[in-house]
Amino acid sequence: MTRLITSGFSHFILFIGILIMIVPVWMIFASSTHSGLTINTQGLQMFLGDSFYENYLRVLLYEGGFFKEITALKMFLNSFIMATGVAILSVITSLMAAYALVYYRTKYATLLFWIIFVTILVPLELRIFPTYSVMAELNLVNSYFGLIVPISASAIATLFFRQFYKTVPDELLESAKLDGANTWRFFVDFLVPLSKTMIVAMLIFMFVFGYNQYLWPLLVTSSEQYWTVVMGLKMMSGSIVHRFAFVMMSMVPPILIIIVLQKHFIKGVFQDK
Amino acid sequence: MSFLDLKNVTKIYPNGTKAVHETSLSISEGEFMVFVGPSGCGKSTLLRMVAGLEDITEGDINLDGQLINEVDPSERDVAMVFQNYALYPHMNVYNNLAYGLKNRGIDKETIEQKVNDAAKLLQISDFLQRKPSMLSGGQRQRVAMGRAIVRNPKIFLFDEPLSNLDAKLRIQMRLEIKKLQQKVGVTSIFVTHDQVEAMTLADRLAVINNGIIEQLGTPIEIYNNPESLFVAGFIGSPQMNFLDANLNNKTLSAENFEIKNIDSDYNGEVTLGIRPEHLIESENGLINLKVELVEQLGSDNLVYGQIKNIKDFCYRSPGNQIIKKGDTLSLNIEENKYYIFDKSTGKRVN
Repeated sequence: MTRLITSGFSHFILFIGILIMIVPVWMIFASSTHSGLTINTQGLQMFLGDSFYENYLRVLLYEGGFFKEITALKMFLNSFIMATGVAILSVITSLMAAYALVYYRTKYATLLFWIIFVTILVPLELRIFPTYSVMAELNLVNSYFGLIVPISASAIATLFFRQFYKTVPDELLESAKLDGANTWRFFVDFLVPLSKTMIVAMLIFMFVFGYNQYLWPLLVTSSEQYWTVVMGLKMMSGSIVHRFAFVMMSMVPPILIIIVLQKHFIKGVFQDK
Repeated sequence: MSFLDLKNVTKIYPNGTKAVHETSLSISEGEFMVFVGPSGCGKSTLLRMVAGLEDITEGDINLDGQLINEVDPSERDVAMVFQNYALYPHMNVYNNLAYGLKNRGIDKETIEQKVNDAAKLLQISDFLQRKPSMLSGGQRQRVAMGRAIVRNPKIFLFDEPLSNLDAKLRIQMRLEIKKLQQKVGVTSIFVTHDQVEAMTLADRLAVINNGIIEQLGTPIEIYNNPESLFVAGFIGSPQMNFLDANLNNKTLSAENFEIKNIDSDYNGEVTLGIRPEHLIESENGLINLKVELVEQLGSDNLVYGQIKNIKDFCYRSPGNQIIKKGDTLSLNIEENKYYIFDKSTGKRVN
């Protein structure tokens, strides 16, 4: 009986927690399907209206900005390119950096690692002006390259891969060596496939990180052509229902990425065990 | 002609530990050599130097007439079976076997042929598509050996490959390794700390202690004629009994018995070694053993007891004999079946 009560109570708390998280999102979604007039006269809505297609299509295709050069669709494309670029580039650099740190057995590997690690304490916001001036010197302002590269070295991903490599038994390397694998082959044939699940996890992590960037894209792009979704959230003007619709859509890519890649994530975990 | 030749090979680790001292050894083609010794004696280091996984501090290693000191492990044409097998967890059995061949640029059909032949030999044909995690310990062991065989290397190196298996499987795999080696005829070095494994597998045995080969010979030579106290204690199961004694003018006097006319000119403090299986019961025997514990193995009994102040003295008696705790047995040593060692140096003196 007491077990039933405790279990019921904990479920009640969980339920409240879910409500707190879901209700605002639902309200925004429900409101975004009404006309602007309804929202202005009757406030936020709890139930779906009939202006879904109208509102969402208008937001996607509306040409915004001062020069009318950008649509929400283009912002999604920009954000997707940036987030994907950051995810792929940072996973590649981290994989290779961790490989060098663990397997090249240089005298100062540990010191080097800590130097890399310390960069976590120096976020982009702190080094934003020098970073900007480097990009400006290289003529990379207003380019995807400029959006992606400066935030694509991840000390955290390097840390994760390094810790993983350290758990790979030495015998594996030795055995591969005797089987004629050179340094590069060992990396490609062994470490990369073995860290598959971690690569997927880091891809998700870095994709969301890249997608969520606000300050850096704001600074490095002056052309509306390169606006990203998160910038658009701020820049968006017009009716409240259109903003709501945009907010709803901006949540979709990260959620989608997590749902899609989590399948592989779990599959990888079960195959290896 | 010797196939693998170690000349004054020494290994000193960067922290100053001397793992292997000026070791010289020749192994002829097709021979099964076993390195045996307690853990940390340098036997694995020696093996790893042959494989190229450890640098050689001093000395030369020649394999098949070629100096291989500086040759990369991948170029040495040696294959190794590791203690934890080191199978490639993300590859199926087929690819585990094929990987080394692929790296050598062998064409696909030949690889398939070789892998299938090796799989057949080791009876792992049914598991070729499985991942190592789906195999039992014994099957993994076979795959590890398959990976070595398939490359047809100059030499097989085994680094305690049986120590992760349960007792029954270990005995079975031991037999299979021996059979396989005889069939394939590849020169092999097998490292183990298990003296039974060493005795049963070896054509020749190197007993290693503290980085030095204490004795080199066929298993039976070493069993019958241990040259030092260490070898005598290490080879043979149950262990040889040791008693303190004095040797003077060819007469050995232990605590409560004497042996006369000993074939040795040494005088001084010695250790007398007697194997449990070299004792026989007889009236008025030299040794009176007060029985404290009997281990019945069926085929024979291991009787542990006390002689005066010496505890855990072991005697192996026939299995059909009934011995109880508290009995006193009168034992004699079989003719000349005792070993006398200089107490200070551990060297054999008779």
